[in-house]
Amino acid sequence: MSERATTGRLPVRKTYKLFIGGAFPRSESGRTLELEGHNVARASRKDARDAVVAARQGFAAWSGATAYNRGQVLYRLAETMETRLGALAGVCTGRREVARAIDRVVWYAGWADKLAQVLGSSNPVAGPYFNFTQPEPTGVVAVVAPDEPPLDGLVARVVPALVGGNAVVVVASERHPLAAIELAEAVATSDVPGGVVNVLTGLRDELAPVLAAHMDVNAIDVTGTDGDSAPLEALAAENVKRVVRAREDRSPWEIGAFMELKTVWHPIGR
Amino acid sequence: MAVEKQRGGVPAVATWEYASAPESREIVSFKERYGIFVGGEEVAPRSRSWFTTVSPATEEPLAEVAQAGPKDVELAVDAARDAFEPWSAWKPAERAKVLFRIARVLQERSRELAVAESLDGGKPIKESRDVDLPLAAAHFFYYAGWADKLEYAFPNRRPRPLGVAAQIVPWNFPLLMLAWKIAPALACGNTVVLKPAETTPLTALLFADVCRQAQVPPGVVNIVTGDGETGAHLVRSPGIDKVAFTGSTEVGKAIQRELAGRGIPLTLELGGKAANVVFEDAALDQAVEGIVNGIYFNQGHVCCAGSRLLVQESIHDQLVRKLKRRMATLRLGDPLDKNTDIGAINSRAQLDRITELVASGSEEGAEIYQPPCRLPEKGWWFAPTVFTNVAQSHRIAREEIFGPVLSVLTFRTPDEAVEKANNTMYGLSAGVWTEKGSRILWMADRLRAGVVWGNTFNRFDPASPFGGYKESGFGREGGRHGLEAYLRFS
Repeated sequence: MSERATTGRLPVRKTYKLFIGGAFPRSESGRTLELEGHNVARASRKDARDAVVAARQGFAAWSGATAYNRGQVLYRLAETMETRLGALAGVCTGRREVARAIDRVVWYAGWADKLAQVLGSSNPVAGPYFNFTQPEPTGVVAVVAPDEPPLDGLVARVVPALVGGNAVVVVASERHPLAAIELAEAVATSDVPGGVVNVLTGLRDELAPVLAAHMDVNAIDVTGTDGDSAPLEALAAENVKRVVRAREDRSPWEIGAFMELKTVWHPIGR
Repeated sequence: MAVEKQRGGVPAVATWEYASAPESREIVSFKERYGIFVGGEEVAPRSRSWFTTVSPATEEPLAEVAQAGPKDVELAVDAARDAFEPWSAWKPAERAKVLFRIARVLQERSRELAVAESLDGGKPIKESRDVDLPLAAAHFFYYAGWADKLEYAFPNRRPRPLGVAAQIVPWNFPLLMLAWKIAPALACGNTVVLKPAETTPLTALLFADVCRQAQVPPGVVNIVTGDGETGAHLVRSPGIDKVAFTGSTEVGKAIQRELAGRGIPLTLELGGKAANVVFEDAALDQAVEGIVNGIYFNQGHVCCAGSRLLVQESIHDQLVRKLKRRMATLRLGDPLDKNTDIGAINSRAQLDRITELVASGSEEGAEIYQPPCRLPEKGWWFAPTVFTNVAQSHRIAREEIFGPVLSVLTFRTPDEAVEKANNTMYGLSAGVWTEKGSRILWMADRLRAGVVWGNTFNRFDPASPFGGYKESGFGREGGRHGLEAYLRFS
């Protein structure tokens, strides 16, 4: 082996598996694909459905946390990414991309407890009511990961969804599945609760339609489909999913795209 | 006043005799036949096809209106396209003044429009007079003020209009829904093609005359009438930049599917099956008023109607007794009578749907109650109805009935109330009745619905964003948030 020849030692290789409910299982189907020089799990429809179940459970915990807490946990994710900078750099375009992704996480982490002040409002209605509107997470979000850049492209779609309290199921890029799994390892060692982030590797055409049609998925981010989103959008209509695509590089409105707005009429009286 | 004693535990009912008090319909006159409103003018439809709109209370024909075909829709979209550039280039402060004028004209012609609304749609005059019209005018007044302040609503975002907005509105609040659609669209600098519902086109056609009086530039507001086919043509039109739809979840899904991959911004305000949750510490008489208003307002033709009453078990019997007693005082009949509480069902098709679902309620084992109530011989009517002993699996607890039919379920703990309230594919609205303010907010936090009313129900305000979670749709109408649907940024 050439690896042994150069270092005098045979390195221990990582097996890249799925990330579902905080654990790293193989595909229940037992299938793998050789991608980026590794045998990557080829998730099945059943894996996708399991991931949605895990995400629904993760959503309860994550959306129930305080905004301050979510902000700290996401900052912690930036910390665990920083310590894995080398590993992450090895599965994307390099250290500069990792740095961009980490800084993006820090930027979004700071939004968690400011979002309601920017996106919410108190509304002067003509009657004796305290009327206010606040953003709330929509629920389980499916993310079709963009191919490029491998890591920051994924972070740019996943983190805005997380900040507001959503749980996500990622269909990793077919071209760069390792970036998604390395990111999942950073997530697993941060304090993000299990099930809040789930990653499926495999064939996009096999997985994305399952999530687009799934009745317990609330939104789908189609940024990664490169304009070929029509079939997924049509499936999404079955339960009136929110269809999201990136509009700005970084913005609280990118978070807002994954949020519902709730208006409460609270009585005022003696 | 006579007091009846009824058997079977139903309380004594006070029967008031009312003389009829009809609102005069002289104030409104319809033409025999209406064309479509395109480019500031009424034109005969290229389709050469008309249909008759009738009063649901009497089945009397009111006018003939155009069944707009594909060519008519294209004409309207083209007119809106042509008008877009000049209109969006208007100084925003001038645009604002056009909207203020519309608001004023609506106020000035409010009685006429209210009578027209009740005639064409069957809703009680006291509702069209006291709710629909004042709110429609208020909506234009509210959004008029936003027209020249958009940069303050979206700092750092450079808000710009989208272009031509295709807008489809339902038959339950015809003019009010028109206002919800047109006011923010125009304030943001868009032009519109609006399609009113098949059964209630007349106030939209009268609104065309309001536009003339307010000197809305030609082509900025276009109105095409017709059935669902006309709406489908509008949504398929290549010349539109935005679709806003209020109506059934079924049609909303079809529109979302139709627009898949076209990159056209969409907002949907769809059906609902709202829970109205009453805790044992609630002010019960007040709650009963809210329950009645929640489900019998506008014959229950309300997407956010409180159609599932969730009552804490300990007060179930007492509350249901009070509710039945109150229901017996509801007056059903002539929509133009100022004392009428419950008007006509909007169409025969809707009456059939209500009848079918109510039959399923009885078949599935729920217990029906309707107060003694004489239905007029002509027209389409349905007595206020309440079902008790309802299970969550019953169709009447799951499907939107869109009629004056209430389903009563019970709960024991706040957690169970949340669980049951959220157990629906819809998520438009919810109500909470309790004397504990902290509990209202605790519940509000957990209810997956776009609007939560504490100790009230069915309140609307132009400053208050409205719209659904889940299959009740997406996007908000009203308030600063309502602007976003009609803008692009960059």
